[in-house]
Amino acid sequence: MAAAPQQSKIVRWIDHRLPIFTFMRHELNEYPTPRNLSYWWNFGSLSGIMLVIMILTGIFLAMQYTPHVDYAFDSVERIMRDVNFGWLLRYMHMNGASLFFVVVYIHLFRGLYYGSYKEPRELLWMLGVVILLLMMATAFMGYVLPWGQMSFWAAKVITNLFSAIPVVGDGIVKWMWGGFTVGNPTLNRFYSLHYLLPFLIVGVVALHLIALHQHGSNNPLGIDRKGPQDSIPFHPYYTVKDMFGLGVFLIVYAVFVFYLPDALGDPVNYVPANPLQTPLEIVPEWYFLPYYAILRSVPDILFIPAKLAGVLCLFGAIIVLFFLPWLDTSRVRSARFRPVYKWVFWLLVIDVVVLGYCGAHRPEGWFIVAGRLATLYYFLHFIVLFPVIGWLERPLPLPTSISAAVTKKSSAPVAAASSMEKH
Amino acid sequence: MADAAQSKPMDAHIQESGTRRDFLQIAATALTGIGAAVALWPLIDSMNAAKDTLALATAEVDLAPVQLGQRLTVKWRGSPVFIDHRTPEEIQAAEAVDVSTLRDPQTDAQRVKKAEWLIVVGVCTHLGCVPLGQKPTDPRGDYGGWFCPCHGSQYDTSGRIRQGPAPLNLAVPPYQFTTDTTVKIG
Repeated sequence: MAAAPQQSKIVRWIDHRLPIFTFMRHELNEYPTPRNLSYWWNFGSLSGIMLVIMILTGIFLAMQYTPHVDYAFDSVERIMRDVNFGWLLRYMHMNGASLFFVVVYIHLFRGLYYGSYKEPRELLWMLGVVILLLMMATAFMGYVLPWGQMSFWAAKVITNLFSAIPVVGDGIVKWMWGGFTVGNPTLNRFYSLHYLLPFLIVGVVALHLIALHQHGSNNPLGIDRKGPQDSIPFHPYYTVKDMFGLGVFLIVYAVFVFYLPDALGDPVNYVPANPLQTPLEIVPEWYFLPYYAILRSVPDILFIPAKLAGVLCLFGAIIVLFFLPWLDTSRVRSARFRPVYKWVFWLLVIDVVVLGYCGAHRPEGWFIVAGRLATLYYFLHFIVLFPVIGWLERPLPLPTSISAAVTKKSSAPVAAASSMEKH
Repeated sequence: MADAAQSKPMDAHIQESGTRRDFLQIAATALTGIGAAVALWPLIDSMNAAKDTLALATAEVDLAPVQLGQRLTVKWRGSPVFIDHRTPEEIQAAEAVDVSTLRDPQTDAQRVKKAEWLIVVGVCTHLGCVPLGQKPTDPRGDYGGWFCPCHGSQYDTSGRIRQGPAPLNLAVPPYQFTTDTTVKIG
C-alpha cells in the first residue's frame, strides 16, 4: 500500500513507514457510504464530537477542581467566579452532558427504527450499548463531584441500590464508599473514575467504528449496497453534511450554555452537601428519569422484595438492549417496509417519555399506576412484541437497490445503474 | 475404534487422558490466572475503609442538656444518629405494639438500654435518606416517630418500620452509658 502518487515526498516517506495517510484515505475518501443517508445519520458523528468537547472541557476543569469534601463545592464556585472563562468551561461541561445524552438517545432510536442492530451489525450495536452504560456511569460520577445536596444524595441513593443484592450487598456498598457512608474516600474515587471512564469510552468508540467500517453504515431503506452506484465517498459528501448538522447542533448547545445554563439542572445542587439532611425531593437529571421511574415503580415480585426487583429491572432495562438483535425476528431492517413495527416503534418512544414523566414525580396515586404500566410495557415491547411482530408481520416489498429507489423519478439513470450492478 | 485401541494401547491411553504437554499447559494457564486474580486483591482491598477511617468510629455525647421529649442529632461515622429523650407516653406507645404485626419484629426492650433514651442510626433502611422528625415542626408520620420524605417510609417511637418500602427498623448502633448522662456511641 503506497500513498497516492500526487502526494509529496515527505508524505510518501512517512506513509511507507507508518501508513496513516493510506489509512485516512481508505477510511474517509474511499470509504463507501450509502448515497441515501438522512439527517438521522448525523447523530453518530455528533456523539463523537460531544465526547471530544466533554473530554477537553473536563481536562481543564480538573486543573481547577479540588476533590475533597471540604473544598469541592467551593472550588466549583471558584471556577464559576474567579477562574478566567471558568463559567464557560463548567457550563459547557454541565450542559454538554445533557446534550450528549440527547444526541446519543436520538442515535439509539435511529438504530431502533431502521433496524441498524440486525445482521451483520449485531456487535456494532452491542458495543454501542456498552458505550451507553459507560456514559451513564461517567455522568453519575461527574454529577457527584460538585458536592451539592443533590450530588451527595444521588451518590447515597444510587450506591445504596447495591445493598439490595442478597448476602454480599452491604459489603459491596461499604467497599464502594470506602467508609461507613458516602464521604471523602467516595468523592476521591468518583473523581478518579470520572477521569478514567471517558478514555475507556474512547477505546470502545474505536471498536464501534472498526465494526461500523467493516460493513458500512445502514441506511433509511435498510437494504445492502449492491455496487458503486449505491454509494458515495464519505469525504467530502458526508463530512460536509455532518459539518452542517454540527452547525445547527452547536446553535442549540450555545442557547443552553449562554442563555439557559441552569435550565436542565436542579437548583438544590447549589446547596452544599449536608450528610445530616436529605432534600425534600431527590430527583436525578432528566436523562436518568425513565430508569428512576422503573426503579421506583416495581412492586414485590413473588419472593423478590421490591427493592431488589426494582434494581434488577433498572439494570435489565439496559441489558435487554444487548439481546435485541436476536429478539427481533424480522429480517427486514427498515421500519419503512414494516407496516406494523412502523407504528409500534412510536409506542416505545411514548412509553419512555411517560416513564420519564413518572420519574420526575413522587410515586403517589396516579403516578404509581402509570409508572408500573409503563415499566411493564417497556419490557413487553422488547421481550414479547419484537419477536411476535417479526413472525406475524408481512413486510412491504423491498426496493431492488438503493440507487433504484432514490432515483426512481428519472428512469434512465436507474437502467444505467442497474446494468452496472455486480452480483 | 475398539480394534485400534486394543492394537495400540499406548496411543489410546494418550488420547483419553491427554499428553504431559497438555497437563503443563493447563496447569500453567490455571496458575497464571489464579496469580493474576490474587494480584488484583490489593487493588480491590485498597478501596475498603482505611485504618484512619475505622479509627474515627466512636462519638461521645453529653445527654444532660437534652430535655424530656427533645430529640438530638449527632454525627457518628459520617451518618446522623438520632437520640430521643422519650416521654412516658412515647415509651408506652412503643411497648404496647403487638410485635407479631411488625415487618421487622423487635420488642421495644430489645432496642433500648434505658427506656427513656432511644438511640438509633438516622438512616432510612430503604435507600439511605435521613428521615424527618428530629424537629418538633417536622412531619413524624402516623406512628409518632420518623417520616422519610424520599419514599414515604414511616417509623414509630421505637424507630421500627411501620409503613412504606423500607425493609428493616432503624439500626441501633453499639453504645454504652459511661456515666448517667454520658453515652459513648461505637
